[in-house]
Amino acid sequence: MDPPNDFEALTKAFSGFGVDEDSMVSILGKWHSEHLESFRKRTPKFFLEDERLFERWDDHHIACLTKEFLRFKDIVVQWIMHPWERDARLVHEAISKGPQAYGLLIEIACTRSSEELLGARKAYQSLFDQSIEDVASRLEGIERKLLVALVSSYRYEGLRVNEGIARSEAMTLAIAVKNVDKKNPIEDDAIVRILTTRSKLHLKAVVKYYKEIYGKNIDEDLDTLMSLKETLQCLCNPQAYFSKVLNNAFKDDADENTKEALTRVIMTRSNVDMKEIIEEFDKQYKVPLTQKIEDVALGNYKDFLVSLIRRVA
Amino acid sequence: MATLSVTEDCEQLRKAFAGWGTNEGLIISILAHRNAAQIKSIRQTYAQTYGEDLLKDLNKELSNDFERVVLLWTLDPAERDAFLANEATKRWTSSNQVLVEIACTRTSQQLLLAKQAYHARFKRSLEEDVAYHTSGDFRKLLVPLVGTYRYEGEEVNMTLAKSEAKILHEKISEKAYNHEDVIRILATRSKAQINATLNHYKNEFGNDINKDLKTDPKDEFLAILRATVKCLTRPEKYFEKVLRLAINKRGTDEGALTRVVTTRAEIDMKIIKEEYHKRNSVTLDHAIGKDTTGDYEKMLLALIGHGDA
Repeated sequence: MDPPNDFEALTKAFSGFGVDEDSMVSILGKWHSEHLESFRKRTPKFFLEDERLFERWDDHHIACLTKEFLRFKDIVVQWIMHPWERDARLVHEAISKGPQAYGLLIEIACTRSSEELLGARKAYQSLFDQSIEDVASRLEGIERKLLVALVSSYRYEGLRVNEGIARSEAMTLAIAVKNVDKKNPIEDDAIVRILTTRSKLHLKAVVKYYKEIYGKNIDEDLDTLMSLKETLQCLCNPQAYFSKVLNNAFKDDADENTKEALTRVIMTRSNVDMKEIIEEFDKQYKVPLTQKIEDVALGNYKDFLVSLIRRVA
Repeated sequence: MATLSVTEDCEQLRKAFAGWGTNEGLIISILAHRNAAQIKSIRQTYAQTYGEDLLKDLNKELSNDFERVVLLWTLDPAERDAFLANEATKRWTSSNQVLVEIACTRTSQQLLLAKQAYHARFKRSLEEDVAYHTSGDFRKLLVPLVGTYRYEGEEVNMTLAKSEAKILHEKISEKAYNHEDVIRILATRSKAQINATLNHYKNEFGNDINKDLKTDPKDEFLAILRATVKCLTRPEKYFEKVLRLAINKRGTDEGALTRVVTTRAEIDMKIIKEEYHKRNSVTLDHAIGKDTTGDYEKMLLALIGHGDA
């Protein structure tokens, strides 16, 4: 028994995405009360000295630990769940969390196919006895118009694109972007109309014409308008969007909502475009996604994630 | 495998086009007495047997009002709605009513099928065409109306009904008819919920909401709002009125007459006829007989008698 190394190992078993079940069993299985006491006294990160002279577990850390233990359960349950129900529950959660979670609404509304989004709307009615658009229309803030229209969309998914209209809509976008001081483009009816009703192929053509006419990528010009930028990215380049979301989850200062994305992205994209996301991640961040996951995830949770990725890589 | 009667129908229809002119009577006697599923079978068998689309042959052989009523009737209900909606987006504001009709009197499933048919036929979505071809307040109302996938359950939240009746009354009193809350309530709530809300509106504030929405009889947006309310709550009364106005107009508004007859023949024509008789003291059959002629009249009469067979 090697107390300092074991303490470090146990601490490590709690510190990441998920928990290292095996290490916990092998270390804790050997410990008696004096080892436990020693661990508590020597790990101020988790335990506070209480005034009544005992080492008390930090409440915040217990809450974090609970989340980490549940990460495996969440991914298993959601993996088995019907995609419609999964998306409906995600939307419901996002709506209840408020403005910080609106990005999730954009993600679901824009990265799913028309039939998948419709399925989510049906499941939402079954689960919550209301329609998504009903609930969404009670969101706060200037993004509401955009969000309601996005979740209500039922886009054409064929190959036909009217190049003339795509070109003129690129110009409409440019005008709105230029007038950003006078009016926020997100409240511009034409912008909302274009982004929320046009097919994804059409929007890609719009982006292409924008570059052709103005010499810039439209997302450079949308930099200060986050919801619009994310909307366009989700619609036209979901792999870049998801790769960015994953990278954010790995950052040190990521909060729980941001970290949950790791489960969500791997699970919802596994049968869709995981291969492309892995390639994009590699290109953007110069480290293989599987490597990153091996570094930060633990135990059963890690094994599950890796097996989902290995299927496509 | 086509049944004997479907094969016979195809042969008869083919015969109806043969030689000089067309045997319209034969066309009416067959098509007016078939339902949507049977017509679908006939179209498939006709295409297999003669290598041509029945609709194209009908198009070639028939003219004007009669052609239109036969054509619309022969289309599958979802295709019919898609066709009518597409036509409506290209015309000016008077056709917004058709969009309201389709968005609000169909079930959620029927509206969805219409949108799928729209993708297939026009290679665009209904929402993008409605958004592109409308503007201002009309767009604000029509895009959410066609985009919604309404919950169809019977549950009603009475507290919500009360509070939303209050909101509606407030906005209407302020003449803020295009207010987003007004639009939100009409576009997203279930029909059961809207009915409860409007009942409460009447109990609490004394008037039917449509009475309060009639402050300016010439205002077209108010007219569309009233149509929206009526389509959502009392479609049979809405259709009765459309028919009444279509028939009483100098000449007849064949477009509206054809549209209502072909889209409601298999749905609620019986109730609409009762409503018409109650309101006008003559039967719909009588009114149509008086105002239209020839094969167009015969086809219409056959269709409105359709459900009775």
